[in-house]
Amino acid sequence: MTNLEFTPLVFAISTAAGCLGALTGLGGGVVVTPALTLLLGVDIRYAIGASLVSVIATSSGAAAAFVREGYSNIRIGMFLEVATTLGALLGAFLATRTPTSILAVIFGVVLLHSAWMSSRGRPRDVAGQTPDALAERFKLNGAYPAEHGLEHYRVVRVKTGLGLMFGAGTLSGLLGIGSGALKVIAMDQAMRIPFKVSTTTSNFMIGVTAAASAGIYLSRGYIEPALTMPVMLGVLAGSLIGARQLVSARVGVLRWIFAGVVAVMAVEMIVSGLRGSG
Amino acid sequence: MQPWNDERVEQVISVLLRTGVLLSAVVVLAGGVCFLSQHANAPAGYHDFRAALDSYRSIRGVLRSAGSLDCRAIIQLGLLLLIATPVARVGFSLVAFWLERDRKYVALTLVVLAVLVFSLIGPH
Repeated sequence: MTNLEFTPLVFAISTAAGCLGALTGLGGGVVVTPALTLLLGVDIRYAIGASLVSVIATSSGAAAAFVREGYSNIRIGMFLEVATTLGALLGAFLATRTPTSILAVIFGVVLLHSAWMSSRGRPRDVAGQTPDALAERFKLNGAYPAEHGLEHYRVVRVKTGLGLMFGAGTLSGLLGIGSGALKVIAMDQAMRIPFKVSTTTSNFMIGVTAAASAGIYLSRGYIEPALTMPVMLGVLAGSLIGARQLVSARVGVLRWIFAGVVAVMAVEMIVSGLRGSG
Repeated sequence: MQPWNDERVEQVISVLLRTGVLLSAVVVLAGGVCFLSQHANAPAGYHDFRAALDSYRSIRGVLRSAGSLDCRAIIQLGLLLLIATPVARVGFSLVAFWLERDRKYVALTLVVLAVLVFSLIGPH
């Protein structure tokens, strides 16, 4: 394939990935990397480099809108970013020492887990939870615009959330993904932050998490400009389309899109990884 | 002057993110058009990993090559602008929390900023 054929193809795939990434709070990287490696045979290190950079675009592009609309909680974001950025540094160092076949298998397993967790849903009832001292001290409790005015929420299990966020950061640096799935799980399921606040705050945090490993990726040569160009532009375009849909989309539908796509990609990644090492 | 509160900070962050992404996209697109116009019919294949050239792997190298109008370095410069966008957002948050006299969040933000700076220019 020549550049003139390859670039538009990569752009199209990336646009679709970016759209889905924004809709689910996942970040486009999770779809872009399997697509590039499985469909086009791109080396996984180039794919995760391009993906990591483009999730910064997804995150920042969509976050700009959500922050203004009042869905994201910037204090929760900054508080948890301490954990995600430290994790991201560790992950990026690990990435340079891990064989690519193992990276592919880990990638697949992470995806499968995300799909399974997100399809389970969560208990609706949050009353009777003990207030969290850390949440009070760091002013994490907040409110967001719902159908009938502001909806207030209380954050619980902050320490569990921090631990999960460190893990999410490590996976982000290791796999070049935004790790939005794990971030949403940490906030939505562990800390009991409302789903829309979780997805948009996750989106907001992804850029900073990714930037923490981007410097290491750059110096290791994972960021190949000619490949990253259509990936980044495509994911950005897709994320803007996806972000526009989020406000109107129903949460239940989101979960199913999220789970279905991710599961298919996951199985393919695991198979390709096992084949590569066999 | 309007006092600094979370709502105003959110407005500025929104503008900052939008501007950074837009600027970066324009530079990447310009570099991309430049690259395609010169290498349209060259084979594209990224099956085998060869670490990108030194001139695309450090901030200094990218700046120098982009200065001499190397198309791929121009793309890389746009990508660096993109990476700098969340860093700038954290930097702005630091100032905002300082103006709100929120010491806890100033400290938290400094830790995040230190990690980001280490990744970009630290020894590794």
